Amino acid sequence: MIQDVVAWVLLAAVAAYACAGGTDYGAGFWDLFAGGSERGKRPRWLIDHAMEPVWETNNVWLIFVLVFMWTGFPVLFQTVFTAMWLPLALAAVGLVLRGAGFALRKPMTRLARRRIYGAAFAVSSLLVPFFLGAVVGGLATGRVAPGTEASADAWSNGTSVLAGLLTVAATAFLGAVFLTADARRFDAPDLVHYFRLRAWCSLGVVAVLAVVGLAVTHHDARYVYDGLTSGAGLAVVLVAAACAVATAWLLYRRATGWARITAVGSVALVVIAWGLAQRPYLIPTSLTVDQAAGAPTTLRWLLLVTAIAIVLVGPPLVLLYRLDTSGTLQPLAENDLRRTAVNRDPAKER
Amino acid sequence: MNSAIAIMADTPPQLLPARELMAFTLASHILLVPFGVALPAITLLMHYRGLRKGDPVALLLARRWSAVMAVQFAIGIVTGTVLSFEFGLLWPGLMGRWGDVFGLGFGVEAWAFFLEAILIALYLYGWRRLKPWTHFWLGLPLPLTALLGAFGIIAANSWMNTPRGFTLDAGGNPVDVNVRKAIFTPMFGPEYWHFVAGVVLTAGYVVAGVYAVGWLRGRRDHYHRLGFTVPFTVAAILTPVQFVLGDSIARSVFHKQPIKFAATEIVWKTDTHVPEYMFGRLHADGTVTGGLKIPQLDSILAGFSPDTQVTGLSSVPASDRPTATQATIAHWAFDIMVTIGSLLVLLALWYGWCWLRRRDLPRSPWFFRCAAVAGAACLVTVECGWITTEVGRQPWIVYENMRVSEAVTDTRAASLWTMLALVIVVYVLIFATFLGVLLKMRTRWRAADEQQGDAEAAGTPEGDTPYGPRRATAAAAPDHGSARGDGGAR
Repeated sequence: MIQDVVAWVLLAAVAAYACAGGTDYGAGFWDLFAGGSERGKRPRWLIDHAMEPVWETNNVWLIFVLVFMWTGFPVLFQTVFTAMWLPLALAAVGLVLRGAGFALRKPMTRLARRRIYGAAFAVSSLLVPFFLGAVVGGLATGRVAPGTEASADAWSNGTSVLAGLLTVAATAFLGAVFLTADARRFDAPDLVHYFRLRAWCSLGVVAVLAVVGLAVTHHDARYVYDGLTSGAGLAVVLVAAACAVATAWLLYRRATGWARITAVGSVALVVIAWGLAQRPYLIPTSLTVDQAAGAPTTLRWLLLVTAIAIVLVGPPLVLLYRLDTSGTLQPLAENDLRRTAVNRDPAKER
Repeated sequence: MNSAIAIMADTPPQLLPARELMAFTLASHILLVPFGVALPAITLLMHYRGLRKGDPVALLLARRWSAVMAVQFAIGIVTGTVLSFEFGLLWPGLMGRWGDVFGLGFGVEAWAFFLEAILIALYLYGWRRLKPWTHFWLGLPLPLTALLGAFGIIAANSWMNTPRGFTLDAGGNPVDVNVRKAIFTPMFGPEYWHFVAGVVLTAGYVVAGVYAVGWLRGRRDHYHRLGFTVPFTVAAILTPVQFVLGDSIARSVFHKQPIKFAATEIVWKTDTHVPEYMFGRLHADGTVTGGLKIPQLDSILAGFSPDTQVTGLSSVPASDRPTATQATIAHWAFDIMVTIGSLLVLLALWYGWCWLRRRDLPRSPWFFRCAAVAGAACLVTVECGWITTEVGRQPWIVYENMRVSEAVTDTRAASLWTMLALVIVVYVLIFATFLGVLLKMRTRWRAADEQQGDAEAAGTPEGDTPYGPRRATAAAAPDHGSARGDGGAR
């Protein structure tokens, strides 16, 4: 019972990472395809400004997913990290390059260096979600079981590659939807059009990949396929699809705020549908939630810590997103860091 | 010697690269930790001063420090995420068997860190638009979240040192987990407070050191005085406290991890009246060469009496204790840490003495020279402290319960070596850029200050010396002649 609750919390954390981190990766994806330094100037400017205050928060979700895995389901953690060694190692390296690239490109003054760091950021924004998606896809096929040693087969099969591509497409979709909204917020009508078009395109790609996915997973990942095409799993998938269609329509109506919500809804629901389809397994068909669960006392404490943390973290998180979307958060400009700036000090404005 | 070969034969080939990789990534990350934990606190202190006294210079300092914090925090998050991946990539055996026993600490840490990321974003990006005091209050919980995060990490590490809160079943697997016991293990308290004091004083000395250099170069304005005094005072107050805490943790190790204590003090045979070696080298046959031998002192330090019996390394089989080389490494790390710590106490006393007598900074340039290197020295002690605790615990990853070799991944050594090479290249680039960014910030700020402050400074040899203009303020007006030299006493 309690292990099911923890499993749901883990799934919720994965969904949160898929949405928050996904948006962030999506922004990186569009940074990569924004074109040369002149043509891509405006989109990149928007991406920078939209991401800056929240990107760290967006990516902390990943740490939760890992902590929940090893504390709640140690065997799952051991299995995944043993069998999926290479993609996870590459994802880790990608995370380093991405974070450092993003953090360090802005203070760079020379264009050439800025390009290198920007490229590191953008390319790894594409690679990290691909590898993470491939890991999930590999798990879904049932190629991995406790005791499985690292092998390329576990993550380089059709389902894995497709899951990786689907993840990248989904992040691009989320990123584009959010950037459309940000473009409105920053009062850049040309960019509204620019990113709206990209949101539609990426949604189209997601749809195509999903159809291809049906064919690929039919044999390759039968258990999950069955879960997603019947019962509760199917119901959630349909709602997710409806959300995605609604997003496209809302973007057309320029209701960008609502579009963000439906876009997040569609991605989160797909993750939840995947969780439903895998029940009662964490790794189909070799490791159930019950088998993988850690000590019951630990799970109870884990939930208690989570409950306390939600109370503590929730309000600041809401505040952060509210202040961010209302444009109250702004980086310090060079001027603020100059001594001349003391003349218009905030303390004196009171 | 035979036993050493036997141990070597026992070790899987991937152990060495896995160890090196973990050591390298942790050693890099740990350099950022003091700033992640303590820089917000020091910045907020300066911020408070600025708001309270309406001091624009203090506010400028706080803003600049927060700009440094922004870059530092971003790099710290990146290297920290790598570490949580490495638990799985390098030590799946550790997490698979013990994850539910000691993982909760990380759970606390993850939430605390999440909160810290949110608050830091609010703080960093709130300067321009939030009301001053609102902004300050939103930032104020930052040090608390940092302490909470440290709580989680230290809980996990201290558990690895003195594992508690479980019993082993017939198969050797932990059952009957008691979370409270697993978090509050005997080493937790000593480790935690030693860590907290250590990081705060490190951050304090490093920040103060930056302004000490400026001061030496003759920039004796309010800006430099404030930038030096606030962090230095915090660090100086904590230094003697840390000395006591350090002594107490060493004694805890003596009681709770006698073999680790023996390694850090290179004690070979269990005995009373054990001498203390300053440095020196332990050999596999138990002899010690080099170093300074002080009779009886080790027993006295461990138990306040020369009759105190100290357990020696040879009391356990060779496979259950650090090798002679590992013991020597832990011993050197420990001695370097203690030596630097003692010197810092003297520095703090010097500062305290002058402050009590004259309510002013010491005048001697030697004081500022020492203060300037104190930060770097502190970073060395941070590394040394970590080496002492980790190398001293060998060959155990979970003290007396799991060997490092049992926890290591099955991945081929070649993959791990490749990954290590890749990580080293990437980290060197990142840290070099990080440093470059900081230096560039400094240069830009200095240029801005000089433009506004003292036109004379531009174009003089002082133009390329760091930190701020030599602005003739009422607080401290340097005469330009002496400023050119080493900034001797006025």
